[in-house]
Amino acid sequence: MSETIAPSEALVVEETQAPQRGFAGQNVPRKEDKRLVQGEGLFVDDIKRHGMGYAHYVRSPYAHANILSIDVSKAEALGGVYGTLLGEEVAALTDPFFQISSPPGAHVKDYALAVGKVRHVGEPVAVVVAETRELARDAADLVEVSYEPLPALTDARRALDTDAPQLHDETGGNLSWSGLYSWGDVDSAFAEADRVITIGELHFDRFNSTPLECDGALVEFNRGTGQWTIHTNNQFPGFAAIMMGPAMRTGLDKLRFVTQDIGGGFGNKITSHPQLVAMCLLARKLNRPINWTEWRTDFHLTMSHGNERWFLDTQVAVKADGTLLGFRTKAVDDAGAYLRYEPLGGVIWAQVTPGCYRWQHVELEFTQVMTNKAPVSPNRGYSRMQHLWFTERVIDIVAHELELDPVEVRKLNYIKADEMPYTTPNGCVYDSGDYSRMLDVALELIGYDSLDEKRKEAASRGRLLGFGIGSTLDSGTNNFGQSRLINPELQFSGNNEVASVKLDIFGEVVVTLGTTPQGQGHETTASMVVADILGVTPDDVNVRAGHDSYWNSHAGFSGTYASQFAVTGLGAVKGAADKLADEIKRLGSVILGCSTDDLELAEGHVRMKANPEAALPLMACGAIINANNAGLPEDLDVTLNARYVYRPPFEVPDVETKYGNLTLTYAAQVHAALVEVDPETGVYDVVDYAAVDDCGSRIHPQIIEGQVMGATAHALGAATYETFAYDDDGNLLTPNFYDYHVPHAMDMPPISMGYVESPSPFTALGTKGMGEGGGAGIHAVCAALQDALKERGRPLVHDSFNPYHRVWEMLADPEASRKLVSVETR
Amino acid sequence: MEPTASKAITVEVNGTVYERDVESRRLLVHFVRDDLDLTGSHVGCDTGNCGACSMIVDGQLVKTCMLLAVQADGAKIETVEGLAAGGELTNLQQSFSDHHALQCGYCTPGMLMSATALLRENPKPSPAEIRKGLQGNICRCTGYWNIIEAVTAASGQEVASNE
Repeated sequence: MSETIAPSEALVVEETQAPQRGFAGQNVPRKEDKRLVQGEGLFVDDIKRHGMGYAHYVRSPYAHANILSIDVSKAEALGGVYGTLLGEEVAALTDPFFQISSPPGAHVKDYALAVGKVRHVGEPVAVVVAETRELARDAADLVEVSYEPLPALTDARRALDTDAPQLHDETGGNLSWSGLYSWGDVDSAFAEADRVITIGELHFDRFNSTPLECDGALVEFNRGTGQWTIHTNNQFPGFAAIMMGPAMRTGLDKLRFVTQDIGGGFGNKITSHPQLVAMCLLARKLNRPINWTEWRTDFHLTMSHGNERWFLDTQVAVKADGTLLGFRTKAVDDAGAYLRYEPLGGVIWAQVTPGCYRWQHVELEFTQVMTNKAPVSPNRGYSRMQHLWFTERVIDIVAHELELDPVEVRKLNYIKADEMPYTTPNGCVYDSGDYSRMLDVALELIGYDSLDEKRKEAASRGRLLGFGIGSTLDSGTNNFGQSRLINPELQFSGNNEVASVKLDIFGEVVVTLGTTPQGQGHETTASMVVADILGVTPDDVNVRAGHDSYWNSHAGFSGTYASQFAVTGLGAVKGAADKLADEIKRLGSVILGCSTDDLELAEGHVRMKANPEAALPLMACGAIINANNAGLPEDLDVTLNARYVYRPPFEVPDVETKYGNLTLTYAAQVHAALVEVDPETGVYDVVDYAAVDDCGSRIHPQIIEGQVMGATAHALGAATYETFAYDDDGNLLTPNFYDYHVPHAMDMPPISMGYVESPSPFTALGTKGMGEGGGAGIHAVCAALQDALKERGRPLVHDSFNPYHRVWEMLADPEASRKLVSVETR
Repeated sequence: MEPTASKAITVEVNGTVYERDVESRRLLVHFVRDDLDLTGSHVGCDTGNCGACSMIVDGQLVKTCMLLAVQADGAKIETVEGLAAGGELTNLQQSFSDHHALQCGYCTPGMLMSATALLRENPKPSPAEIRKGLQGNICRCTGYWNIIEAVTAASGQEVASNE
């Protein structure tokens, strides 16, 4: 591993004209940092209440079992124990969670605790609440549960076998959802093909981003009003609310969600609604505030695994020169035991159907099944990452088998810059981008010109050098209408986010967001956008930290997920700030006796463009409207409290043809990796790495680069170290950070960063949502390993997860993977 | 067995002396967070892997989820809350902000304590020494590159910038 780690000079390619810039585009110091570097952040477990109880879950040791009896008497008799909650109470007090799926998944009955049966190791069967964390844990050990173990289903590929164990009686099998996606004319693509490459099986592994802070909540119940206040780190309160309200038979306004600082989310903190319901029931039952703080092992056993997916019987239609015509494949997706956000993964991938390429003819049969593993839910790059890994793997396998250059195959097939905006075969519109140019930047950063010398030099040390590319998309700002492709009965479509900007009595600019940031610096970037519009500085703008559904800056899709803040969040901020600016000008026109067109906002004043001395400080504006408003014209409709709901322009996709625009923006990533493999052991190092990103107009470059680095680190971890591995009995083998190795500082390769800036024509600021990163690093490492091993029997990299032992297996028996692929020449 | 057996202990945290009865099996990090209400130090793993709970105890860097509170009886403890004495950020804290070495900020207190301990022992660490010094601290947001830059800069050494 290299000793150097510092990023080299960023290679910058400016696209188009520079947009209007003030603070936007600068690395303004982050507002969040001052509290966070002093330990003064407020994370959920930091919140204390008088008399609060600590909750601890009793969990199933079995992957699949009937619950015969639960006896909590010993636990409840322990001094300091406040009470318990059982599945039978949950079944009486709540309804099963609403299911997104059409049948058969629609029939799954999912409650806050197991009712009658457990379906994965670690599934909660009871909760104990006690005076301290330690006592709660002791008391949980005293709960006696009697189980009747059942055979476990741990291989999704076997889920539909007639003799497979059945998880849910109500669904009549383990299928949650299936659908056939077919666009273009796949038969004609194969008729036209010179070569047909068949790939028997590709596997995308199960892992997640393991935020360092686990899930948690502090829940209070107000008996007088019947309202719960849920301090939580759930990152999508809008979704939690629509899941929880109907289940708890309560109006959504009785569920007040409050967040401040969240210790990482990465999508993994979207589906904590079952736990939040349990805590709400306990807060009411025990009449005291309840703290629930997940232990690391609890998180690994139960929360938000990423979708594991197989691609079976893939066929690729290719011209002799490497032109890609189309593909067919069968995706088998493992949802785990319950459908907490699923089967949305069954459609989310379609946002990036052709990847970065001009494939016109695509057929994908998607089958999602349930197994005796932890439920999956969104994880950075959710569902697109799996599909993009597939498309990238296909590109590199095609190049490998046809002896073509992977760089040239990409350049030949990439969607071209002058084709933007580009409509994909399934009706998605890629807004802007220049993938070929990004690749050039990445090649320069990694020193592609001297690849041959690098190979020779590595060979002289007995090491195999490999080079690989990952080119991916980070589609952002969902059209929730895509959920109707899963279930036409659903009444969701479009998207929204809210912000409020007000001018207070002493001239303080106050911004309220609907988002729930987990480190993305929303306070900072929002303040920059507002400052530019109101003619003040970011320091003058107070952005409230966190989220509170009582702030009235809350919409159905409020939250921070799916790469959208720079579009939806900042779109709302800009809309609200524009409205406020307009109101300030209207007030100014009355006071200064001129037209609003004569006015500008600058240097903390509303002033006449022609005569800047004729000016009203913002403080005076705030004071006049809020406290000194006698004599103002009756028809002056100015409150200086502007709320704006950003709503992206979407149509409902066609459910029959599964055609329509599923996301608004497409940030792109082209990453390149060099790996060195020890042929004796399979141990390898990533020795050099380049990450090139294009997320449109950049509001805060440093934050963007931070996101790119973070996504890269996650991808490198997933490529080599991180897996949720199960044994055949359904025991999780990686339930903590000993067994689930996440990269640490010693594991990181040197990195070079570059960017291309292609403003989105579809967004208010030219920005694109970003941060998920598409898993480009996984693909780059897979491709580099395949390249490195080429001279050792041409093994095929067929799994997204390649720990050293798998590389050793490929070295030791390359034929095993060669059997997966065949080429038909026509 | 009586699981709530407790013991009276005295600790000095960031210059303030605390005397408390503490459950014998309570971890030091939970004692500091729950009993002393110093919530800057965090818990990320419960197994000594992540370092979010790192404090300096009697001059030694310690993962305080690996120590019982009663074992710290009589100890002098430094936590993240003690770094910016008088409200002035230390060079290291400022450098973390300048170099965007934190995103969510959850690992940051432990990372700062580890880096503080490292710089006391080795005021001019090389990037490799910094990586080794911080290998006990997990960050899931940054990929560590900016953290290494921040520590390098805080030690007064030049960093290759990606600007």
